[in-house]
Amino acid sequence: MVQPRIDSMSIDSDIQGGEPLLEFDKVGLEYPFEGSMRRIIQEVSLSIQPGEFVSFVGPSGCGKTSILRMVSGLSPAPIGEIRYRGTPIKKPLRNTGIAFQNPVMLPWRNTIDNVMLPLEIVEPYKKDFRQRKGEYVRMAQDLLATVRLQDFQKQYPWQLSGGMRQRASLCRSLIHSPEILLLDEPFGALDAFTREEMWGMLQNLWMRVKCVGILITHDLREAVFLSDTVYVMGPRPSSIIYKVKIELPRPRTLEMELSDEFNHYFASIRQHIHHN
Amino acid sequence: MEKFLKTKSAAFVLPFVATVLLFVLWELAVIIFRIPPFNLPAPTNVLNALINFAPQLTVNALRTLWTTMLGFVIAVVVGVVLGFVIGYSKAAYLTLYPLLVAFNTIPKAALVPLLAIWFGANEIPATLTAFLLAFFPIAVNVALGLDTVEPEMKDVLTALGASQVETFQKVGWPHTLPYIFASLKIAASFAFIGTVISESVASNAGLGFLIVQATADFNVPLAFAALLILALMGVLLYCFFILVEKKVIYWAR
Repeated sequence: MVQPRIDSMSIDSDIQGGEPLLEFDKVGLEYPFEGSMRRIIQEVSLSIQPGEFVSFVGPSGCGKTSILRMVSGLSPAPIGEIRYRGTPIKKPLRNTGIAFQNPVMLPWRNTIDNVMLPLEIVEPYKKDFRQRKGEYVRMAQDLLATVRLQDFQKQYPWQLSGGMRQRASLCRSLIHSPEILLLDEPFGALDAFTREEMWGMLQNLWMRVKCVGILITHDLREAVFLSDTVYVMGPRPSSIIYKVKIELPRPRTLEMELSDEFNHYFASIRQHIHHN
Repeated sequence: MEKFLKTKSAAFVLPFVATVLLFVLWELAVIIFRIPPFNLPAPTNVLNALINFAPQLTVNALRTLWTTMLGFVIAVVVGVVLGFVIGYSKAAYLTLYPLLVAFNTIPKAALVPLLAIWFGANEIPATLTAFLLAFFPIAVNVALGLDTVEPEMKDVLTALGASQVETFQKVGWPHTLPYIFASLKIAASFAFIGTVISESVASNAGLGFLIVQATADFNVPLAFAALLILALMGVLLYCFFILVEKKVIYWAR
């Protein structure tokens, strides 16, 4: 079997240089199962540069979502550590934005008020929320226009479709200009057409904010389309079995999906998943 | 007919027609089968009693209403606080919940004689019985409301660094409101039941007391008149909560 060597397989050496924003140092995870501890994540070590968009793909149950929760600080790494600017993450980071597969919105708030929720909680926006509300409303309107929801500001969540709710939830995750955007299969519940449309919108949003993006997904095309780097995790107990840098120019378009280069990336990732 | 069922007025017209129809049938049954009024008085007979005993009925109805409202308000305060404690603290849930369930299975009517010994045959046992019956559904619903906040929503707020108080303010409280209102409607009827039970066992006034007195005198029409007022008060209170609910949680569907 000939493996396409698109990029260096060495995981620890990052040629890019500069201070990484996030460093995973021998991160592991165990879970109690039938009286003994079962290893879910064997060891993950990697680093993420500022402004980098990375994806984690891999079989179900390999601990992808757990990695996201560790980065967000919702459940800090039990084994090893994840460092944010050199400091181990032990509690919620505050400057993250999260979107899940289930685009949870508050049913008593309309779209724009839902999007503005983080500004009521995160500093420095919180302290003068009332005085600068007009300005914040315009920020929210701006984001909503990027995802073509400008005409749905006053609508309540139950008046929106699933795709619209997910777009609003993406806006909410980005309105406070987070340094890290965490996405847990955000488009998993959407149909194929809507999903591809969302990739473009997410890319636009992300290119505006220029934050680190960490995407968990089952969709390999999605990972290639959106990422600078794709990490493939093996089956339990998992580790990173393949890393590939996606060198497609940005902004990426749906036409690129048909290019040989795109398919080459897709095929190599796919091969690594199926041979483990 | 299909079209009419979709209109707003159908919800008012239909129950009204049904009530009138019931009274007509009732009247006819009493006349046709010659039922004596001390067994089952005809609606017209009840209406007469309603007019003849108006002062007596008003005084006792106000007493019952006041007692019920007081018991109900205490139940809301205690129920909401208890619900929040159970909903937010695992330790409190494990400790208190089984006790609450056990206590709730005790028929409250059995407690009235005890309450009467402690507080006398007056409005205090009635208020307490109303409270005892009404607080449980409120507490359970508040705890349920807090428990059903989507974990993703909590994660979104926690990841932003929201404090417990902020999470409660932004999510927990509004999310629990529909559950509170659902329980208030049930609790209001429960409070009425509690008051009337207590009044009929040990009291010196109130509609429950009046019903017991009236039946002892074979004044069955008066007893029915009192029952009618009770039903009316229950329905009015229920409607009141529906109105408030529509105002406060317009977003819940």
